[in-house]
Amino acid sequence: MIWLTLLMALPLAGSVAVALVPKANEKLIKQTAFITTLIVMGTTIAMAVNFQRDNVELQFIEKYSWIPSFGINYALGIDGLALVLILMSTILAPVVVLAGWNESHGGRWSIKSFYILILVLETMMIGVFAATDVFLFYVIFEAMLIPVYFLIGGYGSGERAAAAVKFLIYSLFGGLLMLASIIALYVMSGAQGGHTFDLKALSQLEMSSTTQNLLFLGFFIAFAIKAPLWPLHTWLPDAADSATPGTSVLLLGVLDKVGTFGMIRYCLTLFPEASRTFTPLILVLAVISIVYGAILAIGQRDLKRLIAFTSISHFGFITMGIFAMTSQGYSGAALYMFNHGFSTAALFLVGGWMISRRGSSTIADFGGLQRITPVMAWMFFIAGMSSLALPGLSSFVSEFLVLVGTFTRYPVHAVIATFGIVLAALYILIPVQKALHGPTTPGNENLSDLNLREKIAIAPIIAIIIALGFYPSPLLNVINPAATHVIAQLGFSDPVPTSGEK
Amino acid sequence: MISNSLVYLIALPLAGAAILLLAGRRSDKWGHLLATALSASSFFVGLYQLSLMLGRSNEQRPISQKLFEWISVGSFKIDAGLMLDQLSICFVLLITGVGTLIHVYSISYMSHDPDRRRFFAFLNLFIAAMLLLVLGDSYLNLYVGWEGVGLASYLLIGFWNQKPAYATASKKAFVMNRVGDMGLSFAIMIAFATMGTVSFTGVKAAVEHTSTAALTGIGIMLLVAATGKSAQFPLQAWLGDAMAGPTPVSALIHAATMVTAGVYLITRSNFIFDAAPTAQLLVVIVGAVTLMFGALIGTAKDDIKKALAASTMSQIGYMILGAGLGPVGYAFAIMHLLTHGFFKAGMFLGAGSVMHGMNDEVNMRKYGALRKFMPITFATFGLGYLAILGVPPFAGFYSKDMIIETAFNSGGIKGIILGSVTLLGASITAFYMTRVMILTFTGKSRWDDQAHPHESPWLMWLPMAILAIGSVTSGYLLSHGNALVNWLSPLFENHGEHEELLSPIVVSGLALTMVAIGVAIAFLKYSRNQVSDVAPENVSIFTRIARQDLLQDRFNESVFMRPGQVLTKILVRTDDSVIDGAVRTVGRAAMGSGASLRGVQSGFVRSYAALILVGAVALIAAIWVVTQ
Repeated sequence: MIWLTLLMALPLAGSVAVALVPKANEKLIKQTAFITTLIVMGTTIAMAVNFQRDNVELQFIEKYSWIPSFGINYALGIDGLALVLILMSTILAPVVVLAGWNESHGGRWSIKSFYILILVLETMMIGVFAATDVFLFYVIFEAMLIPVYFLIGGYGSGERAAAAVKFLIYSLFGGLLMLASIIALYVMSGAQGGHTFDLKALSQLEMSSTTQNLLFLGFFIAFAIKAPLWPLHTWLPDAADSATPGTSVLLLGVLDKVGTFGMIRYCLTLFPEASRTFTPLILVLAVISIVYGAILAIGQRDLKRLIAFTSISHFGFITMGIFAMTSQGYSGAALYMFNHGFSTAALFLVGGWMISRRGSSTIADFGGLQRITPVMAWMFFIAGMSSLALPGLSSFVSEFLVLVGTFTRYPVHAVIATFGIVLAALYILIPVQKALHGPTTPGNENLSDLNLREKIAIAPIIAIIIALGFYPSPLLNVINPAATHVIAQLGFSDPVPTSGEK
Repeated sequence: MISNSLVYLIALPLAGAAILLLAGRRSDKWGHLLATALSASSFFVGLYQLSLMLGRSNEQRPISQKLFEWISVGSFKIDAGLMLDQLSICFVLLITGVGTLIHVYSISYMSHDPDRRRFFAFLNLFIAAMLLLVLGDSYLNLYVGWEGVGLASYLLIGFWNQKPAYATASKKAFVMNRVGDMGLSFAIMIAFATMGTVSFTGVKAAVEHTSTAALTGIGIMLLVAATGKSAQFPLQAWLGDAMAGPTPVSALIHAATMVTAGVYLITRSNFIFDAAPTAQLLVVIVGAVTLMFGALIGTAKDDIKKALAASTMSQIGYMILGAGLGPVGYAFAIMHLLTHGFFKAGMFLGAGSVMHGMNDEVNMRKYGALRKFMPITFATFGLGYLAILGVPPFAGFYSKDMIIETAFNSGGIKGIILGSVTLLGASITAFYMTRVMILTFTGKSRWDDQAHPHESPWLMWLPMAILAIGSVTSGYLLSHGNALVNWLSPLFENHGEHEELLSPIVVSGLALTMVAIGVAIAFLKYSRNQVSDVAPENVSIFTRIARQDLLQDRFNESVFMRPGQVLTKILVRTDDSVIDGAVRTVGRAAMGSGASLRGVQSGFVRSYAALILVGAVALIAAIWVVTQ
């Protein structure tokens, strides 16, 4: 069965359906979009059930010739990592639609366009994780910018146009570097047996160290901007500040994962030697991101920017896990990508509800919400606990795996990164105290608590955060086989316990 | 041995917390009763387990239960597993026993609070987390309980967080605890990297193959964890502020159970500390410093809860010191932990009873002569007082004297120093506790007209009375025929006869003399003279420093907090100006003009789709060129 094409086609079909609904019928537009995302989620789950978890090879492979003269194929296939990320994306999509039921109002364009953009974006989110042809990947990677650009620039708030442009230029810059690398790969493939964009074929190319290093950087910088890694992060707070909460969820929760996903799928696979060469540098950048993102988060006065900076810290953890080159680091990073999607979604969505009710995103404008809007306050608190990786919640498992997996090979990095858990307590508890605790401050007395729709939207996220905290095995079982495989391909194996050297 | 029923110990109170939180206001009417019943059921399950355990031989006593595979990646395999042995059963009964009494007490104490149900939900959550802490069969399982009790503590300290100071106190507790938790993380990481396992049995078996350096590292990191959770030097500063929580919380979490988790951790890790003398020495030092630190702070506090909190800090210092004197000291540390659980919880509940009758006044200078108005509270508090002083035959006499004796007999100059510190601490303890007694219960009344002191209802004094019975009898029961020492001995390394510097009789004599001196000084200072109802200002520099918790807060603020705030401010500013500034400059340069980004954007953006197209065309063209 052509699962992946089906998955990509469904949201696209949904967007056509939305386009056909009369503009005036806003409710039907939203319902169509919501039902589409639900169908996509259901289909993804059905696909996941059919996934063979012990198989380290790509599954659900599809391959059709697209532009034969250039050796370009429409080629899809997923491993455990891609499956997990597609699952995350398609579960988040209906949540975002439901949670942000009214956030398309007051945009520069119509409500209809908003949902068309969201659905088109969903198709691309699936495609970018499923593509196994480098050219196809590049096209989707770049094309994704378009709906996001319009979602930020058209429906956001504040300096939305400037933020959208900044996001675009950053991404475009990275994209061009990657493009150059892709062309070079293509050229070399021609010299070594036939032009191709096939990922597997390209990974077997022979190239000099210098070439590898240069091409690696082309890919890596593009991904480091996406992820975002310090010091290429400055577009993110602006974008998150201006975007609607739902867009922010898709941007930070899903699109940024393309960066860390790309590091694994493309950087490690295509350039194993260069990956090893650059590992020391990347680990330093990752550790800086962890600490720097956390400190900057502590210093923010704006709730949305604060959440954006926490993500920079979290992406530092993910990157560190990837380049620790241990199975715990890798699996931890992969699981982290999934978990971060949900904890950031919870923060942005609940934060978004708080902001839209209060009419301000300045943390100091809130106060005493725990006694005014208890359900909303508790949801924000749980989301915060997930962000600071409280044991018992899903993010703890992934964060600890990354730390322990890094420690066995790079103890110093892991030790510095661990200080991040104290900083995390600060960047969560400071806004919690200011916004939720203390006496009710003027302007907050009449805020309304979550309504039924909002409760239904947030409930599955909270449920996932708690359930996976205690029982992460369903995901780890899917991720693990690939972990050992990827690490072994790079010529690494897990460090052996040192005891016995007494 | 395998068991299938351990999980109920945790599941019962956890279910209580979940039901009360999810049912919300609907459960306001019966929530507190359900929570109390579930805590009590957990206690009875514990008693049942004890009865089963008593029926088995020493080797057969530990039982375990594997629930499911929790985390498994490569060789990092952690089961969600529970283990109940001679050590954890002590804690289980303490936690659920004292916990249930405090539930009962709180039914009345919190009856006027509109959020009583939430309070009971948090209490149940705490019981569940604390049970997980002592039942987990690996360091990582323990970690879940460890941060779980931290969360419950945070929620309960900040139960009245509409008051900004209370909200700040809860945040401070959480953050300082996280500093300690970092130590636990490090310990687990080192254990995994060197031994390849983090389960208690695995680590114990691996100790003999592990380098002393690694063991010392693990030991020190476990000690850091213990200092955070157990409010030991230098991470003790949160405990005084934690008194912001409702008084039953102070009794349960910040006196009897959670704050003793550090003692549990060290005792549980006896196999590491026995093999890492340097770490063990540090444990002793931390214990000795904190027991003096807490005692000195206790002499200067006018807030009855803060005086008791300082005392808790000091008494846990005794326990930590005892645990650092292992193998011989572990059992005594646990004994003192158990007797302390009774008498300190009892005294805190007594303080709550006093506050209850005094319009929530906590300043002891506004008390006085309450003995006549609150006879039961006076009696139960008084028995706790005799217990903490170590007057025979009350509980503290047995447990504290054992630690003093072990300290003296730990050998050489170290033994003399430690012994003297514990003795001096006992004297100061006697001083500040006598001060609390005098200021609160005797002398002339100093309260104002609004106060109408009265005895608390039976739901409150009954738990106090039961704890008072424990304060009287527990020491004798636990030490009679070396009961607790023998009970725990299978868990610890056997030790030969240690040299005896001082015999038990001499130690008891010395200790009682020191206690008598402390009591006498307090009497001379407070009983004879008129006590002022405002704290005197013309006091010595020492008193002033002690009132400020020996300046630890000031130190933390000037060394960590303020520089941290400055650093944060600088980084926030440079992120915009330097990093983003550099990006903006590069961006402008790349555009090939000095025009501002915004000037370029409109035309640039509208043709973005075209730009992608150009990119694709360029790609294809490039490919075409090179393939020709």
